[in-house]
Amino acid sequence: MQPSPAKHRTLPSVSRIGANAIDTVLRLGYAARFIGLTIAHSGTCLARPRLVVRELYYTGVLSLIIILVSGLFVGMVLGLQGYQTLTTYGSESALGVLVALSLVRELGPVVSALLFASRAGSAMTAEIGLMKATEQLSAMEMMAVDPIARVVAPRFWAGVISMPLLAAMFSAMGVFGGYVIGVVLIGVDEGSFWSQMQSAVDVREDVLNGVIKSFVFGIAVTWIALFEGYDAPPTAEGVSGATTRTVVTSSLAILALDFILTSFMFSAA
Amino acid sequence: MAATPLIEIKNVNFAYGKRPILTGINMSIPRGKVVALMGISGSGKTTLLRLIGGVMRPTSGEVWVNGVCTSRLDTRGIYQMRRSMGMLFQFGALFTDLSVFDNVAFQMREHTGLPESMIRDLVMMKLNAVGLRGAHKLMPSELSGGMARRVALARAIGLDPMIMMYDEPFTGLDPISLGVIANLVRELNDTLGTTSLVVTHDVQEALDVVDYVYYLSDGKMKAHGTPAGMRANTDPLVHQFVNGEAEGPVAYQYPSRDYADDLKMGSRRAA
Repeated sequence: MQPSPAKHRTLPSVSRIGANAIDTVLRLGYAARFIGLTIAHSGTCLARPRLVVRELYYTGVLSLIIILVSGLFVGMVLGLQGYQTLTTYGSESALGVLVALSLVRELGPVVSALLFASRAGSAMTAEIGLMKATEQLSAMEMMAVDPIARVVAPRFWAGVISMPLLAAMFSAMGVFGGYVIGVVLIGVDEGSFWSQMQSAVDVREDVLNGVIKSFVFGIAVTWIALFEGYDAPPTAEGVSGATTRTVVTSSLAILALDFILTSFMFSAA
Repeated sequence: MAATPLIEIKNVNFAYGKRPILTGINMSIPRGKVVALMGISGSGKTTLLRLIGGVMRPTSGEVWVNGVCTSRLDTRGIYQMRRSMGMLFQFGALFTDLSVFDNVAFQMREHTGLPESMIRDLVMMKLNAVGLRGAHKLMPSELSGGMARRVALARAIGLDPMIMMYDEPFTGLDPISLGVIANLVRELNDTLGTTSLVVTHDVQEALDVVDYVYYLSDGKMKAHGTPAGMRANTDPLVHQFVNGEAEGPVAYQYPSRDYADDLKMGSRRAA
């Protein structure tokens, strides 16, 4: 039974909102079921760690260059901007603290997650979407091999493991960038740069919270990327749309999650 | 036991929502035979293949494979059943990130605990059977369409399946590759003692190699018989299909308005 055209014209936006809402809820349900299945089918990864190691190379190692270079530049910019601001108050010796805290608490996890989403997340979506479009996933199923266990789960764990490591390297590279600008080029005292940083950065409060953040971002980005790929319509248009959605959705998810996590972690003090 | 058919489809109906795809299908495939399932595009052939493979379940009716009713199996049971099945996909569906060797070795590594040296021997034997032993180091992107199809065939017979299913194995191949694949279907069936089901609309190639033909049209089993019987069939639908004629019960023209009206001839004449 098709609704009459007249009825359609009177309530176009309302019915569209309803349809979109139902569609969104349905997709959320599918995504939740998908991550549940992925975790439930992770036994293969445990029994064959080589599957995860292979994906660690593609998601982690191949993202290293962009993470390291970006970390260096972000650190150098922090060094310049921080010095400018701190000299106003005559406290440029605190440059090390500013650079390290900004990176470890905030910029390290967030920026590296955003880079990870666009570098590794989009690649994951495109790869799985194309595997589906070229019937590789169906072929695997017909060979009695579960694609969730064999293709999805290793990529999921590789993403979750590599995200905190990449964020740590981003932060380390950033601190080095800040050091190069602040100490080597501008001439801030090296002793106070490092010693103030050492005394101000707390392992549990700052470093651990940063690691927790990047771990959560890793789960979110990998989940979104894998689900979009697995759920993509098996056409060229479908895969390209899914790849775009991965980058957009995971970037927004990272920023929203960052706000929520920050408000819990750093508001108590 | 030998007398019972390997695959039996009993009064199967299948629908996507309210749209019927298959109605009242009955079919039986005896052991050791090569059976073709023919019909024009959109007649429900691939759907029927998926029902046999347990990818989808019939809306009503039963699919029996080797004495087991697949419609009653759970996921684990379906996966267990698929280990005795091999399927060749339309364009091969090779894993693009694995070499030819690793593609053929895939099932062996997943399902058996065989040592790597034995897997190597098996892979080489399978590749030799399709004439591509020398290509084991190549990546799928370096293969021609016909070669990719043959590698996929070697992969499908990796664990010596009891049933081989071919989804449009001849599509998009040059005449030489086409003849090679057609002969391989027959040869592998006879040497490995499998039973084969070939879904195709390449009539002449299929009629040359198969033992029996089922003809599907609009989701219904319209005719079946031996290749000779199909060639001699006088039913207009079967006759049109076997001889590839443009005009017949299956219309060439999509339903449309009067040609002259579409070209605005009527209004010009009136003016």
